[in-house]
Amino acid sequence: MALQTEQIRVLIARHKLRDVCFDLLGMFVLMIALLVLAALFVQLAIDGFERLNYDFFSNFPSRRAARAGILSAWVGSILVMLVTAMAAVPVGVAAGLWLEEYAPRNWLAEVIEINVTNLAGVPSIIYGLLALGLLVYQMGLGQSVLTAGLTLAMMILPVVIVATREAIRAVPQTIREAAYGLGATRWQVTRDHVLPYSLAGVLTGVIIGLSRAIGETAPIITIGALTFIAFLPPAPITATAPFVNFDWLFSPFTVMPIQMFNWVSRPDAAFHVSAAAAGVVLVAMTLTMNSLAIWLRFRARKRIKW
Amino acid sequence: MAPVQSARPRRDLRVRRFKRSSETIIESLLLLAALSAVAITAAIVGILVYESSAFFAHVPLWTFLTDTQWTPLFENPRYGIMPLLAGTLTTSFVALAFAIPMGTIAAVYLSEFAKPAVREAVKPVLELISGVPTVVFGYFALLFVTPMLQKIIPGLPGFNMLGPGLVIGIMIVPYIASLSEDAMRAVPMHFREASFAMGASRFQTAMRVVVPAALSGIVASYILAVSRAVGETMVVAIAAGQQPNLTFDPTEAAATITAFIVQVAMGDLPHGSIGYQSIFAAGLTLFLLTLIFNVLGYVIRKRYREAY
Repeated sequence: MALQTEQIRVLIARHKLRDVCFDLLGMFVLMIALLVLAALFVQLAIDGFERLNYDFFSNFPSRRAARAGILSAWVGSILVMLVTAMAAVPVGVAAGLWLEEYAPRNWLAEVIEINVTNLAGVPSIIYGLLALGLLVYQMGLGQSVLTAGLTLAMMILPVVIVATREAIRAVPQTIREAAYGLGATRWQVTRDHVLPYSLAGVLTGVIIGLSRAIGETAPIITIGALTFIAFLPPAPITATAPFVNFDWLFSPFTVMPIQMFNWVSRPDAAFHVSAAAAGVVLVAMTLTMNSLAIWLRFRARKRIKW
Repeated sequence: MAPVQSARPRRDLRVRRFKRSSETIIESLLLLAALSAVAITAAIVGILVYESSAFFAHVPLWTFLTDTQWTPLFENPRYGIMPLLAGTLTTSFVALAFAIPMGTIAAVYLSEFAKPAVREAVKPVLELISGVPTVVFGYFALLFVTPMLQKIIPGLPGFNMLGPGLVIGIMIVPYIASLSEDAMRAVPMHFREASFAMGASRFQTAMRVVVPAALSGIVASYILAVSRAVGETMVVAIAAGQQPNLTFDPTEAAATITAFIVQVAMGDLPHGSIGYQSIFAAGLTLFLLTLIFNVLGYVIRKRYREAY
């Protein structure tokens, strides 16, 4: 029995209505999610605004909320990031290069690949426990900048590896074949062709990894970092020979997220203002790094036309 | 081009051999770097098992799994993981009950309904949000969301599992939306074209063609989201209270596994004490829990991936 024209019209109208309804629902959900987040960040900025001045960046933490600043925290964060980048970037990029350019199709490559995937899903606090047991006590590195940097480096290693692999995979096979055809060795192909072409992608991954590391709190708390640090680690560069000084690696430290956590957990509401201000700085730092990464990727995709 | 001079074969060979050995050295260095991933996994398992084995020498495994109290730092310590597990599962459940519907709707919308310009604008924003430090979300949970909820639910304590659960949900919405959208984008266009040609509407095509075709990727994104919610630390440590409490009522305060580890690590526990070992036992439980979900997600994605 064929449907009457009128019935078909009704059916079409009903389905079109459903389309419109879902379109609106989708827009509504996205708007709600984005607006809630925007509202939270605006509120954070309003709460923290009164404390965001020069003194906040140049003061040490204090028992008096109005005087408390984040000097030791941001210096600590930068030093820890330095260690993290030094450790995670070479190892991560090298591992990515091996997996994409060198790995034979055998069980070893598969085991490594599964491990990388798995490590990416391990909760960050587990890295803290690893560092507490292995670095702090077994290796005796103590609760130092070095320990924290290495902990975060282990944590972001999968991020760097995955980003490197993706960037390398985007390099067309013809470029490799051309280089091999001219007699280049595998390392020459990798170093002179694959790596330069994928550099933007690698850099994107590194920045995203570092921005994750700079905001990470749990593993650093777990290794037992102190929260009240009213001094700076020794300067890495000295006026006298040999001009570099590695004592800062073994110095106690605090970082931005720990400082914020410490202030949030205090019952005194005056410290919540400091926490909000620290939150604004932290969010600004990670958003800047992430935007830079996204922009770099966008530019790399646009500019390179194979 | 001139033919290769036959007068200098030995020198050429020597150069080649030298090049080969440097190639081998570089290749082994790169392999070593790749093996570091295996080494880290091994170290995690090693340390967790090593420190926990000292803990389980004191506490029988059966007690650990069945006791209903978790008070390792008290005079009369009790070591039952159940209260911490209950806290972890409750906050994760609240988070997922919020994030899975929201994330899925957002993903379907972005993939099938939104204009390309909207999608191109929203995707980077989702990425930016997932980069915000969790400690900031903890601040939101304690000082914005909980006070707001207290207006709706009178008598809600300042520390509760509902607020942090919701905030973790907000945190993982972009994660689910982004991963599910990738899965739906991977469904080839001719599936949709065939469906449209049969007279199906956009909504019908999305629900009966695209979502089923991308189901493995969507389910995998849920499972990875579970694993993230379970392992989330700072939000619950700040806003859920730190008292172990065997309850599944989200309006009560309770500690999760992660919050307990943070609480102990903030204090000054001597190395080698049973309290120190207890955080490794809790960590091992957490690691196994997330490992199960991660492996499940991996298997689902690998095995049920539709090849087009």
